[in-house]
Amino acid sequence: MVHFTAEEKAAVVSLWAKVNVELVGGEVLGRLLVVYPWTQRFFDNFGNLSSESAIMGNPKVKAHGKKVLTSFGNAVKHMDDLKDTFAELSELHCDKMHVDPENFKLLGNMILIVLATHFSKEFTPQVQAAWQKLTAAVANALAHRYH
Amino acid sequence: GFLTAEEKGLVNGLWGKVNVDEVGGEALGRLLVVYPWTQRFFESFGDLSSADAIMSNAKVKAHGKKVLNSFSDGLKNIDDLKGAFAKLSELHCDKLHVDPENFRLLGNVLVCVLAHHFGHDFNPQVQAAFQKVVAGVANALAHKYH
Repeated sequence: MVHFTAEEKAAVVSLWAKVNVELVGGEVLGRLLVVYPWTQRFFDNFGNLSSESAIMGNPKVKAHGKKVLTSFGNAVKHMDDLKDTFAELSELHCDKMHVDPENFKLLGNMILIVLATHFSKEFTPQVQAAWQKLTAAVANALAHRYH
Repeated sequence: GFLTAEEKGLVNGLWGKVNVDEVGGEALGRLLVVYPWTQRFFESFGDLSSADAIMSNAKVKAHGKKVLNSFSDGLKNIDDLKGAFAKLSELHCDKLHVDPENFRLLGNVLVCVLAHHFGHDFNPQVQAAFQKVVAGVANALAHKYH
């Protein structure tokens, strides 16, 4: 089990409080689809993904990004219990959606980068470290039920 | 070529605004903070006991500057990264014994530092081009490993 210090938890929570989940979620998912184009294969029914501007402006991408990041907000509330928190989602991503768990790491990296672009003052090395640890732990939790 | 003409334009356009010395120190410092096991390669650097100590450490800044200037030189040979980094690849394998995974970690940190510095100017296309570059450099540095 991953152990977060009090400082790491505080760093995560204080930044999360400032995150516009709808805006950041859409941007994170959009950038994933632009930077790692093979990830588009999971979203064939999302309509126009033919260019960077199409992807970033696509309403289904924004809506799904918001959903994904809202779910990530659960991780922030349950940092000591990530495997149980994401157990059902782990099974879903394996059994129903057939997503390679490597993609969870890619999405985690994308969260870090979007936070960096949005938070010039707050994205200190310590905050980056705490968030890197959290996204890695969530990626592991989402992979945990794979079989 | 490795990058399209458009991607080259985006990369060079951004890189022209980068203070390579400063960003180098910050990228290396953040690597040591975010991935603490990487400190093992820099035991002779003195005080790495806290994030603040690392970020203000003079040896970290100097070495970060060296690393990023080397990266910058590599960018001038973007269509032959393996050739450009061949000697450094041998050095990191034979003398420094650095696991090539660490090149990917440094690449990730560099992308974060650029995102942090440039904010929304670090848009999705610029990011995509840069991620291609750091992946290419990491591969080139791993290429001569044996």
